[in-house]
Amino acid sequence: MTDTQTTSIPSPAPASDREPLLKVTGLTRHFPIRSGLMRRQTGAVRAVDGIDFTVNAGETLGVVGESGCGKSTMGRLVTRLDEPTAGKIEFEGTDITHLGVGAMRPMRRDIQMIFQDPYSSLNPRHTVGTIVSAPFKLQGVQPEGGVKKAVQELLELCGLSPEHYNRYPHEFSGGQRQRIGIARALALKPKMIVADEPVSALDVSIQAQVVNLLDDLQQELGLTYLIIAHDLSVVRHVSDRVAVMYLGKVVEIADRDSLYRSPMHPYTNALMSAVPVPDPRRRQRAGRERILLTGDVPSPINPPSGCRFRTRCWKAQDICSSQEPPLVALKTGHQVACHFPENAPSGNAPAETAS
Amino acid sequence: MTDLQKTPADAASAPAPAGDPFLSVRDLRIHFDTDDGLVRSVDGVSFDLHKGRTLGIVGESGSGKSVTSLGIMGLHRSKRARISGEIRLNGEDLISAGPDRVRQLRGRELAMIFQDPLTAMHPYYTVGQQIVEAYRVHHPQATKKQARTRAVEMLDRVGIPQPDRRVDDYPHQFSGGMRQRAMIAMALVNDPSLLIADEPTTALDVTVQAQILDLIRDLQEEFGSAVIIITHDLGVVAELADDILVMYGGKCIERGPAETLFDAPEHPYTWGLLGSMPRLDRELQDRLVPVKGTPPSLINVPTGCAFHPRCPYAALTGGRSDSEVPVLAEAAPGHHAACHLPAAERHRIFAEEIAPRL
Amino acid sequence: MFAYIIRRIFAAVILLLVVSAVTFAIFFLLPRVAGETADQLAAQYIGKNPSPEAIAAVKQNLGLDQPLYAQYWNFLKGLVSGAEYKFGPEPATCHVPCFGYSFKNHLEVWPELSKRIPITISLAIGAAVLWLVSGVATGVVSALKPRSFFDRLSMGIALAGVSLPVFFTGALLLTLFSYEWPILDNLQYVDFTDNPIMWARNLILPWISLAFLYSALYARLTRAGMLETMSEDYIRTARAKGLAERKVVSRHGLRAALTPIVTIFGMDLGLLLGGALITEQVFSLQGVGQFAVQAISDNDLPKILGVTLLAAFFIVACNLVVDLLYALVDPRVRLS
Repeated sequence: MTDTQTTSIPSPAPASDREPLLKVTGLTRHFPIRSGLMRRQTGAVRAVDGIDFTVNAGETLGVVGESGCGKSTMGRLVTRLDEPTAGKIEFEGTDITHLGVGAMRPMRRDIQMIFQDPYSSLNPRHTVGTIVSAPFKLQGVQPEGGVKKAVQELLELCGLSPEHYNRYPHEFSGGQRQRIGIARALALKPKMIVADEPVSALDVSIQAQVVNLLDDLQQELGLTYLIIAHDLSVVRHVSDRVAVMYLGKVVEIADRDSLYRSPMHPYTNALMSAVPVPDPRRRQRAGRERILLTGDVPSPINPPSGCRFRTRCWKAQDICSSQEPPLVALKTGHQVACHFPENAPSGNAPAETAS
Repeated sequence: MTDLQKTPADAASAPAPAGDPFLSVRDLRIHFDTDDGLVRSVDGVSFDLHKGRTLGIVGESGSGKSVTSLGIMGLHRSKRARISGEIRLNGEDLISAGPDRVRQLRGRELAMIFQDPLTAMHPYYTVGQQIVEAYRVHHPQATKKQARTRAVEMLDRVGIPQPDRRVDDYPHQFSGGMRQRAMIAMALVNDPSLLIADEPTTALDVTVQAQILDLIRDLQEEFGSAVIIITHDLGVVAELADDILVMYGGKCIERGPAETLFDAPEHPYTWGLLGSMPRLDRELQDRLVPVKGTPPSLINVPTGCAFHPRCPYAALTGGRSDSEVPVLAEAAPGHHAACHLPAAERHRIFAEEIAPRL
Repeated sequence: MFAYIIRRIFAAVILLLVVSAVTFAIFFLLPRVAGETADQLAAQYIGKNPSPEAIAAVKQNLGLDQPLYAQYWNFLKGLVSGAEYKFGPEPATCHVPCFGYSFKNHLEVWPELSKRIPITISLAIGAAVLWLVSGVATGVVSALKPRSFFDRLSMGIALAGVSLPVFFTGALLLTLFSYEWPILDNLQYVDFTDNPIMWARNLILPWISLAFLYSALYARLTRAGMLETMSEDYIRTARAKGLAERKVVSRHGLRAALTPIVTIFGMDLGLLLGGALITEQVFSLQGVGQFAVQAISDNDLPKILGVTLLAAFFIVACNLVVDLLYALVDPRVRLS
C-alpha cells in the first residue's frame, strides 16, 4: 500500500533552491493490534500511512491536524524516538530511517525535540543546571568556558536568569519551564528542532511569550523548525510552510499565505472555518459560513477507501471512494490531495484529467 | 447530528432584558485555608444573569473562574472553604440555604458540564446508566424504563447516532466529541434553568469544538436557559457569550457586553489577552504582544491592583497601582472596569497604542 | 471476554506447572548440586541407620537414579493417575492425586495434607471476612472525614496493628480470654459441619488476632484509595447531579476505590490458604501451616513438595479469580 504511495507522488521542484535539511518519503508507522486466543496480529493502527515532505534549512514547517491524525507519531519518527514501519527519513542527505541508538547519537546533536507538557518533561529531582547541561554530558561535549557558563548563557538566551542555575523545576511557572525545555534543546546548537505542541499547555498571555522566543531564536541561531500543533492560528503565526494531516496522510501542504488565503482541500477549509473568531460581531456571519463537519474522524484501523476524508466531505463523488487522490502541486508551492479541490487554478483539478 | 441547524442570529444580539435577573451574584468570596496560607481564589465577584442569556467568564489558570462556578453549584464541600457573599437563584440565596436545599437544586435547576468528559464520567457505568441516574435523582417517581426512554431521547437530541444502542455503551467506547455530547445530555436531562459549562471544548479538536459550541447555542435557544461559559479562549466566548466577565487574581477586572468588550476593552489586562493571541481573522502580525511576567499566586496576590507588576501602564496611575485596590466602575453604559488609569488616558492609550496592533 | 477467560486459565495452568517444576528442581536437584549422592538422598527417606539394601530399594522405587526430567514426569503422572511404591514388606499405594509418599512415617502425603485444609480454610476465610469488613469500613469512614478525630484515632490503631506481630496479639488474646477470664477456654478445632457454633467459638480468637494485622493494613489502603477516588472528576459530576452524598460514596466512590483492594485481597487470601504458620502455631491448630513446619523440621521432602504445591495452587487460583472479577467490575479491562 505504501509502495504505490511513494512512487505515485511526483515531487515538485521546491520554491527555493535550498537543499532540504530533512526529507521524508513514504513515511509509515503501523502499530500492530493483537487479539484472540493466540494474540495474533489481526490488524494495525495506521498512525502514519505514507507521507512525504521536506523541510528546508532555516524555515519552519508547521504540521496541523486533529487528535489521531498521526502528527505526533510523525514527530517521534522524524526524531527517531520511534521506528518507522516503512519509508525513508533523510537528514542532510544521510539516511537515518533505521539507525540504531548508537549510530543515531551523533545525529541527536543536530535534531532536538521540545515537548508539550513542561510539567512532566523535566525531572523534578534535577536542578535547572543539571537538566540543561545533560546534553553536554550525554554527548561528551566540553563547551568553551565550562559547562556552567554555557548553561547560564543558554538560560539567558531563553529569557531566564542565570541565577536560576541551582533551582528546581517546581519553582517555575509553566512558561518558564517551557523556556528551560527550550534551553536544553538548544544546548548542542542543533540544526533542527521538532516541537510537539510547544505552547498548548500554556496560558494565553504566556503562549505569546514562548512563540516570540521561538521566533527570536530562529533569527539569531538560524534554526530550522518542525512545529506540530493543533492550533491553526499559532501555526499560521510561526510557520513558513504548513502541512495539514488527516488520518495518517498529508492532505495539503503549501506556503503559509497560500494555504491560509486559499485553502484547496475541503478538510483544510472545514478546519479553518471551525476556528472560533474572537469577534462577537462576526459570529452571525461566521455561523452562517461555518462548515460544520458531521460525525467523528473514522478509525485509523480501518480507514475509508480512496480519499480518507470522503466520509465527511460534502463534495465527495464516486471517484473519491475508488481512487486515492495523489498529493500533487496545483500551484507553485501548493500541493493538495483531492479530486475536487477548492480555490484551484482553473483547468487544474485532478478529477477532470483523471476521468 | 443532521438536525443541528446553522445558528439563527436573533438570540445573540437581543438587548439585555429588564426585570429581575435569574442568577444574581454579589460580592462572592471563596477562600481556602491551606498549609501554605489563605488562598483567595475568588475575592469579591458580582454579576447578574438573565434567562436566555449567556455570560462568558474569561481568565487564565488560577484566575478563580472555575472556583466561582463550583461555588455557584455549591460544590465546595471542604471545611477549609470559606464562602461569603450572595448567590441568588430566582431570588433564593444559595449560600445561606442548607446543603440539602442546594443539593435539590443541583442537577435540576443548576447543571454543569466539565472540561474533560472522559474523566468526568464514571468508567464503570454505561452512559445510559449515568443519565438515568441523573434523571431519577430528581424524578424519583419515574420508572427505570421511563428514565431510560428519557436518556435515549436526550442522546438523540444532542446528536448521538443510534442512541438506542449507544445508550448501553461505556464512556470509553465513545469518542471525545460524543462523550461531551453525552455529558451535555446528562446535564440537560432535567431541563435546568442554568447551565454552567466549564471549559467545555478545551479538550476537544477544533472541528468537534465547533459542533459542541453550535449544540450549546442551539439547546439554549430551545430551552431558554441561562448559560455561564467559562474558558480561557477568547474565541469561544466571542462565539457564545452575550456578556463577558474577565477575571484576574480572583477578582473581576472587567465586565460588559461582548461587543463593547471586544471593540473597546477598558482594562490593560484585557488588552494584553487580545494582543497575545494570534488571530486567523486578522492580517498576520510580525510579532505577538505578550503580557510580561506570569499570573500571580493566589496566596501572595500583589498589593493594590493585582495586575500592576505586569501592567505596562502602572506608572501612569500616580502611585496608586500598588497601594490601592481599584474598584469596578462603570466606564461606559453597562461596561465596568477596575483600573486606576483615568478613563480619558485609558481611551487615548487604547486608541493610539493598542487598537492599531489588534 | 471469552478469549480473555480462556487465556487467563491457560496462563494459570502454565504458571502452576512452572511452580511445580521449580519446586521439584529445588528439592531434588539442589541437594545434588551440593554434592549429595543418590544414596544419601535415598537414606533420608528411611530414618536412622538405614541398611544398604533398603537404600537401594528406595533409590529404585523412587527413581532417584533416573534423570531429573523423568522423575518430574513420574511425579506429574502420579498426580493424575496415582503411583505404587514397592517398598518394604508390603507395596504402598499412593492414590490419586499422588503428591508423594512420605517414607519416614509411611503415609501418603495428600490424605495427611487434605485433612488439614478445612482448618486452614476456616481460619483464613473467617479472618478475611473480619478484616475486610472492619478494615474497609474504617478506611472509608476515615477517608470521608480526613483529619477528624476518628481518622486520627483509627489510623493510629492501624499503625499499631501493622507493627504488632501475630504471635504477640495472639498470645495476648489467649492469655486474656483463655486464662485470665476463661470465657473462651479449651479451644479445639471443631468441624463446621459438626457444630457451627463451636466452630466459630473456638476460632474467634485466631480470627481476631490474624484479622487485626490485616485489617490495619486494609484500613490504610482503603483510606488512601478512597481519598484518591473521591477527588476524581466523576465524583464531582455525581455531586453535580444532585445525588445525596451517601449515594455518591457508595455508588461512585466505593466501587472504584475497592477494585485495587480486591487484587490485594486475592493475593493475601491465597497466601493465607497456603498456611497461616504463626497463628496456627500460637493456637495449636492442626492446619496446613503446621504441616509445613513439621515437614521442614523433619526434612521430609515429599511433604514439603506437596505443601508448596498446594500453597502455589491457592495463590494462582485466587489470582485467577481476582483477574476475572476485575474484568467483571471494570468494563475497560473487559474490552482490551
